[in-house]
Amino acid sequence: MSEPWEEEGPGEVKKFMYVNRKAPYGTIYALESLEVVLIAAAFEQDVSLAFVDDGVYQIKKGQDTQGIGMKNFSPTYRALEGYDVEKLYVEAESLAERGLTEDDLLVPVEVKSREEMARLMDEQDVILSF
Amino acid sequence: MPLEVNGKTYETDEEGYLANLNDWNEDLAKAMAEADGTTLDENHWEVINFLREYYEEYQIAPAVRVLTKAIGKKLGPDKGNSKYLYELFPYGPAKQACKYAGLPKPTGCV
Repeated sequence: MSEPWEEEGPGEVKKFMYVNRKAPYGTIYALESLEVVLIAAAFEQDVSLAFVDDGVYQIKKGQDTQGIGMKNFSPTYRALEGYDVEKLYVEAESLAERGLTEDDLLVPVEVKSREEMARLMDEQDVILSF
Repeated sequence: MPLEVNGKTYETDEEGYLANLNDWNEDLAKAMAEADGTTLDENHWEVINFLREYYEEYQIAPAVRVLTKAIGKKLGPDKGNSKYLYELFPYGPAKQACKYAGLPKPTGCV
């Protein structure tokens, strides 16, 4: 029997992409996606996150949720690195359409064009869309 | 199951995790540990305080793997390993230490 601190190997590694399309508040999608990512990080797969459409607001700096009485969970995106989730892609067009730039985001990301994003999605074994 | 410490009653969830993070104080942590038959020493406190800082910064309780790595980064490899942390917190370092730190149960912990 193995001790609880002994880690097992990762087995077959698949490419997982979590696609985040919705604004952070108003629906539960953003928070649920983040929780699934954090839980699934334990399985040591090849994980990436994509932020497209209003999903780019999820990682916008300076979120203030006092007025809506919800917890501001945006600091948690900064914890992803510690979970070895380091591939965060943001669609350039989605940023531009909303008047945002990379400097408005609270985590380091790779900005990708819509075309590049489509190619990345094509490479995945599993895509989870939120 | 409410917890009574120093004549004050604190709300907890069904597994004994503190309902309101802001209710936390050191006596509460000691009382929770005593109920588990543990006396907190400076090594326990080091981890508990680390967890409170982690939560303050990231708004989550870290998974055990993440906690171990982060402790190693801050306190060195002698402490950032599972064996050391399991010896301090035999019920599971993330689970048990988070409870004493007044944090919710780590995401993904069952």
